[in-house]
This record gives sequence, structure tokens and C-alpha cells, in this order.
Amino acid sequence: MFTYYLDLAMRSLRRNTMLTALMVLAIALGIGASMTTLTVLHVLSGDPLPGASGTLFYPRIDPRDMDAYEEGKDPPYQVTWIDGMNMLHAKRADRQALMTGGSVPVQPAQSSVDPFYSDARYTSSDFFPMFRVPFLYGRPWSVEEDDAKARVVVISRKLNEKLFGGKDSTGQTLRMKDTAFRVIGVLDEWRPNPHFYDIDTGRYAASEDVFVPLTTSRDIRLEHDGSTDCWGTGGGDEDHAETQPCVWLQFWVQLDSAAKVAAYKEYLVHYSQEQHDLGRFMRAPNVQLPGLMEWLDINKVVPGDVRLQTWLAFGFLLVCLVNTIGLMLAKFLRRAGELGVRRALGASKREVFMQLLIESGVIGLAGGLGGLLLAFAGLWLVRRQPSDYASLAHLDLAMLLTTFVLAIGSTLLAGLLPAWRACQITPALQLKSQ
Amino acid sequence: MEILPILSTLRRHKITAFLVVIEIALTCAIVCNAVFIINQRLQRMDMDSGVDEHRLLHIQVADIGAVSDQKSRTLTDLAALRQIPGVSEVASVAQVPFGNSSSNTGIKLDPKQKLSTLNATMYSGENMVPTFGMQLVAGRDLQSDDYKDFDDVVRGAAAKDAKALPHVVLITQGMANRLWPGQQALGKQFYLLDYPMTVVGVVKELVRPSIWDDSTKSYSMIFPMRMARGEYVIRTKTPEDRDRVLAAAVAKLKEINQHRVVLKKHTFDDMRHDFFQNDRAMAGLLIGVCVALLIVTALGIVGLGSFWVAQRRRQIGVRRALGATRSNILHYFQTENFLLATIGIAVGMVLAYGINLLLMVHYELPRLPGIYFPVGAVSLWIIGQLAVLGPAMRAAAVPPVVATRSV
Repeated sequence: MFTYYLDLAMRSLRRNTMLTALMVLAIALGIGASMTTLTVLHVLSGDPLPGASGTLFYPRIDPRDMDAYEEGKDPPYQVTWIDGMNMLHAKRADRQALMTGGSVPVQPAQSSVDPFYSDARYTSSDFFPMFRVPFLYGRPWSVEEDDAKARVVVISRKLNEKLFGGKDSTGQTLRMKDTAFRVIGVLDEWRPNPHFYDIDTGRYAASEDVFVPLTTSRDIRLEHDGSTDCWGTGGGDEDHAETQPCVWLQFWVQLDSAAKVAAYKEYLVHYSQEQHDLGRFMRAPNVQLPGLMEWLDINKVVPGDVRLQTWLAFGFLLVCLVNTIGLMLAKFLRRAGELGVRRALGASKREVFMQLLIESGVIGLAGGLGGLLLAFAGLWLVRRQPSDYASLAHLDLAMLLTTFVLAIGSTLLAGLLPAWRACQITPALQLKSQ
Repeated sequence: MEILPILSTLRRHKITAFLVVIEIALTCAIVCNAVFIINQRLQRMDMDSGVDEHRLLHIQVADIGAVSDQKSRTLTDLAALRQIPGVSEVASVAQVPFGNSSSNTGIKLDPKQKLSTLNATMYSGENMVPTFGMQLVAGRDLQSDDYKDFDDVVRGAAAKDAKALPHVVLITQGMANRLWPGQQALGKQFYLLDYPMTVVGVVKELVRPSIWDDSTKSYSMIFPMRMARGEYVIRTKTPEDRDRVLAAAVAKLKEINQHRVVLKKHTFDDMRHDFFQNDRAMAGLLIGVCVALLIVTALGIVGLGSFWVAQRRRQIGVRRALGATRSNILHYFQTENFLLATIGIAVGMVLAYGINLLLMVHYELPRLPGIYFPVGAVSLWIIGQLAVLGPAMRAAAVPPVVATRSV
């Protein structure tokens, strides 16, 4: 029966190409626009570390003085050097890493390549296992190397290709800011999206090309990037960054169970109280321990414009669907005669209904295909834009399926009313007027 | 034109009539809000920066190794840049409008205040007012004995030595109006950390490097501090000189010291273009959606109109046979569309207002100005009339003889 109805649908659609084309075009435009924006939204609100994000937390404590104190306000977005180091060395979590962004002058050994600046991350050794960073060659540095302020560096695959032609460069020397570093590791492709561990240096930025132990970066005064927020007498003076009352570092912990999360939160309260008693913290303990995804929400990582565009596209789809309902109604009712004959020959209302729904399904499928093409075109346009997330806008399998589900589903929904209306035709009346 | 017969006919096509109304209402609501957002973005992109953009260049260089005598190097750089033909002014600065990264601070009117009065951007650099081509509306420009070296200021701040810090400042008109509404700002003081700063001059406008919120975009101050960070602004004699001067300046800076990297080199026009790229993209997308929506709506009206005409061929024939003229028939369909569009527009206005309220809450958009309602209504009426013209003309062409035929 299904194939017969399909055949009928095809015939009917061919009979009035203008109207069919209009319906398919409307659906395609609506689906194309919605899928383009939905894909961008999907890409931007994704989980940067699937499988690991649930165990990563961002401790927040409040080390500020009583200036501008308002009860119940959130703690700062970053931590000070002293608190970061204290928490890092306390080792109360399964893993912990303290970090900040920066940019380093790279001086290639070969004279054919001009010196250039590279984005860098100054961090501690747990960064790599904690964030599941894949290695192509070599290894991350160790806690001992952290403590020894070792001149070691881990570089990205991209930088390795640029400087060492993609060969295993571990053991080679890399000069940065007139200092020789030993390459101990080369990363494989790694682009967590969003750039969750430091939203301040680019929400959707690519991961950095150079990774240096945090202690080393301070030792040779590598330049720090990102925001520095100070209070009291803090002036963000680079030479005294370790002691200034400023927050400028990100601290992440890995906590493998709910019990550990609760215990860690308790530790943070305890730590704040202790610092308060010592006279360093002025405010009552004010701690938070958001998980990775929660932290992205708090920071409103997905741009407001993208959400607005998605709403707009769905509004557009709605108009397209209303339009399609109208056209389908016109089309189905026009065939009152034909349907009357079918009913008179014994087709039940149910069968006529099914037949018409299949017809709308076919329109939905065609509209979905058209919409898919338009979505590809739309995403291509998005990728040509200069935003930092532009290059991420690609359709994945989930979105491909969504396209068809949305196209066929919404068209079937749109077809319900016209099909039901057409079923109400009284066969006798239609036959008489023939 | 009789409206009552049209209404009674429409009552028999409730669903289709309802669909046309809904479509027009949704389109009206979305387009009104979209056009409003487009306008907002276009206005934002047109924002006055307070500087002579068409004649300005920005170059940022950085040293590769450690450097000791940045101060004298900067003087050498500035002297060399000034020599380039076509250059009228140069300055070594800490930040520039539309530069995206910025250094800001909270200021207080009273040192005992707990919360800052406002947060403003700190511009600094010698010779900034003439180089940027800013307009001084009151007071004087910063003078050479006002200036301190930036490194001394940092050291002084760390040692809490008030003498090492600058104590005069230029502010924008916008900031002056916010701090001392209706009063003369010259000679007034405000506090930065615990140090008093005296306003000696007011510039008309100077936009912040990164604009978080359009209402605070002109909260900028200029401090008398000499910068030596390798960030230069050059003002050329004419806009035509720009590209040549930029190339010459970069070559010159590289020639003075080969051991450095050019991080940024662009004209201010390019900086503005880049700064507003997201607004431009959003406006473009919205324009595309509006056009698509209007086309889809128009096509929908054409489709349904054609269907109605086909369905009513016999009726039309009868009316024609009873003496209705072609223009009577044409007007019938036009009036019908006008009625539907009017209902749609009325519903659409309410919907547009509702959507605007939602946007105000979630996206901090201002209230939709009243002008959008009549303009939106007229546009939709026109589109409806144009769309129905084709089917209506076809209806008018139906000959009276149709009445005598059975379909």
C-alpha cells in the first residue's frame, strides 16, 4: 500500500509543478536557515572534553579586601599566584593544574624562518593527563621538572611541522626569548571547543602552540596574556606578579567522585577560613566549585548573537510551515473530486488520510534535501566570516539526521490539518458535481 | 466596494483565511524586530570614535630577546617615523580605539567611597591629542612637565609614592557629563586608587578600545605617561598617503632593529572594519532573512490567491454575467487581501511588541520605536497587494460565459 501511495504522491506532485515547487522551496528555505544556525549553536555549545568534562571542576575562592564588598556576590573569575600555588601543592584533588596564557617570541634555528610570536600556555604538569591531551611524540613534563623550573617545552603538531618539518623533535632545542628550551613532547591535533580552560584568551580560540612549565615562565619573565584583576594596592606590575593582590591564573581540578567533590568544597571553605584567620583574606569564605559545563554557562560562552539567530531562523521556519500548510490545503482541496471518487470506490477516511500524509512526507523529504544543500551553503558563508568560531561550523552526522527529522517531521505536522480537512469531503457531493 | 459579501465568503474559508492572517502576522512581527536590530547594528558600526580615522595608522612591534633601553629605542623609533615623508604626527601609546584589548580602572569621586563611581579606560602616551586628531572642547592639552615615564609610575605605585604618579588628566565630554552633570569639569578632581587626579582638559570624544556596553563607550581618560612598548600611532598628512607611509614605517622600524617582530600594522579604517565585523555579519544575515521572509510570504499569498481564483471561477463567471465589470472583480480580490493583511498586521503588531519585550529582557535591546509599526504595516499592505495582483488579474480575465458551463 505504501508504495502505491508513494506512486500516487509522485503523480500528484508532478501534476502541479508550480505549487509543488513553491512548497518544496518554502520548506527548503526554512530548513536551510534553521539548520545553519542550529549547527552553529550546536558546535558552539558542545562539550569540549566528552567523557572527561564531568570530572573537571573550577574552584573559586574570594581573596579580595572589603572594598566594594557586597554580600552574596560571586568570587573572582581567576586566582592569585599565592592561592593557586597553595592549592596546587595541597594536592587535595585527583589532579590539579594552575595555568595562564601568554605569548612567547620564538627564534627558529634556521635562518630562513623569521622570528615570530606564538601563543603559549604556562601550566603545571597535570594539565596534560587531566585534559586528556594527546601526544604525537615524547611526554609531558613531570612534577620534578615543574619544581626545578626546567627549561623544557611541549609544542603543538602545527608548530612542530613549521619548525622541524613534522619529524620527531623531542630532544631538539627551541630558542624562545633568548633562552634555550629542550623539546620534550609534541602534541597531536588538539582543539578543545570551546577553549574552556581559559575563556579570557579567546572563547573559541585554537589551543596554544607552546606549553611551558608555569614556574619556568615566571623565572625568565615570559609575557603573560589575559585579564589581570587587582584590588587594593595591586597594579598588575609584572615583576611582582607573585605577590600582588591580583587574580590572573586559572586553576582546574579533577575530582573522580561525588564524595570527592563535596570534600573538595569543604577544603576550599576551610582554606578560605584559614587565610582569613591569617589576615590575608578579608571576606568571609565565599567558595564555588562549578563543573566544566556549568563554568561555560556561567561565562555565557555561546555568543548572544548566535542564540538570537537561532530563534530568528526558527521563526522563519514557522512562517515557511504556515505557508506550506496553506498551499497544501489548497492543493488537497483542489483534488476534492479525485478524493471523492476514491472514497466512493471504498477507500476509508483513514486510507485517504495516509495517502495525503505520505504526499506531505515526500514534500518534506524534497524540502529536506533542498534545505541540506542550503545549510551547506549557509555554513560555507558562516565559515567565511572572521569570527573565531567560524572555522568550526561544520555539519556532523547528528546534525545531518536532525535536518531530515526536522524537515520530514515538520512537514508531516504541517500536512495533518490539510489531510484531515480533505478527508472530510463527502464523496456523494463531489460525485454529483462532476 | 462591498465589504460584507467578502467577509461572508471568507467565513466559508476560515482555515485558509486564518493561515494567511497568521503568516502575515508572523512575518510582520519578525521583520519589524529584525529591521530594528539591523538599524541598531548599523548605528553601532557608525559610532563616532573621536579620532581622525582616515589618516591614522597603527603599528605594534615587539622585541624577541630581552631589552634594557626601551626608552631610548622608542625615542629613536619616533624620530625615524617622523622623518618619513607624508607623516604629520607620531605617538607611542599604550592602547588605541578599536584595539580590542584594553586597560581599565574604577574611579571614585570621594576616596572614602566603597564602590567605584564608574569604570573607565586609561589611555596614555605623549602627543596623543594632536596625533589622534582629537578635538579639545575645554581646558588645555597635556604639557611636557605633566608627563612621567611609565616605568617610574609603576615603580612609584608599588612604593606608594604619590609624587611619581601623574596628577592631571584629560577626560572625554561623555565622562565629564556622567561625573559632573551640568557642571564644568575643568579643575575638578577624582580618585584613582587613593590618588587624586585633576581634570585639565576635556576632549569631545574618544571611544574605548573594547566596548563592553554602548552606553559607557566614551568613558576614556588620557594620562600624561610616556610609553615605550613599541606601540605606535602615525597620522599622515592626507588619507592617500596611508598605504605608502605604512609600508615605509614598517620597513624603517625593521631597519632600526632587525631583532624584532611586527605584531600589528593596519590603518584605522581596517581596525574599525574588523572591530564591527560581528555586527556587520549579523546585519547581513538579518537582511537576508527579512528578504527571504517577505518573498516566502508573497509567494504564499500568490499560491493561495491562485487557488481561490481557480475555486471561484464559476462564481466569478456568474457575477460577470450579472453585470460586474472586470475592475469590480479585480477590486474584490484586492479588498479581500487588504482585509486579511489588515487583520494580520494588527495581530503582527501585538506579536512584534511581545517579541520586543522578550528581546529586551534577554538581549538588552531597547524598546521598539513606534515608527516601526506604521512602516511595517504599509510595507506589508504593499507586498500583499503586489502578490495578489497576479491572481486577481487572472480572476478579472474570467469571461462571463463560464457561468453557463458546468466546470
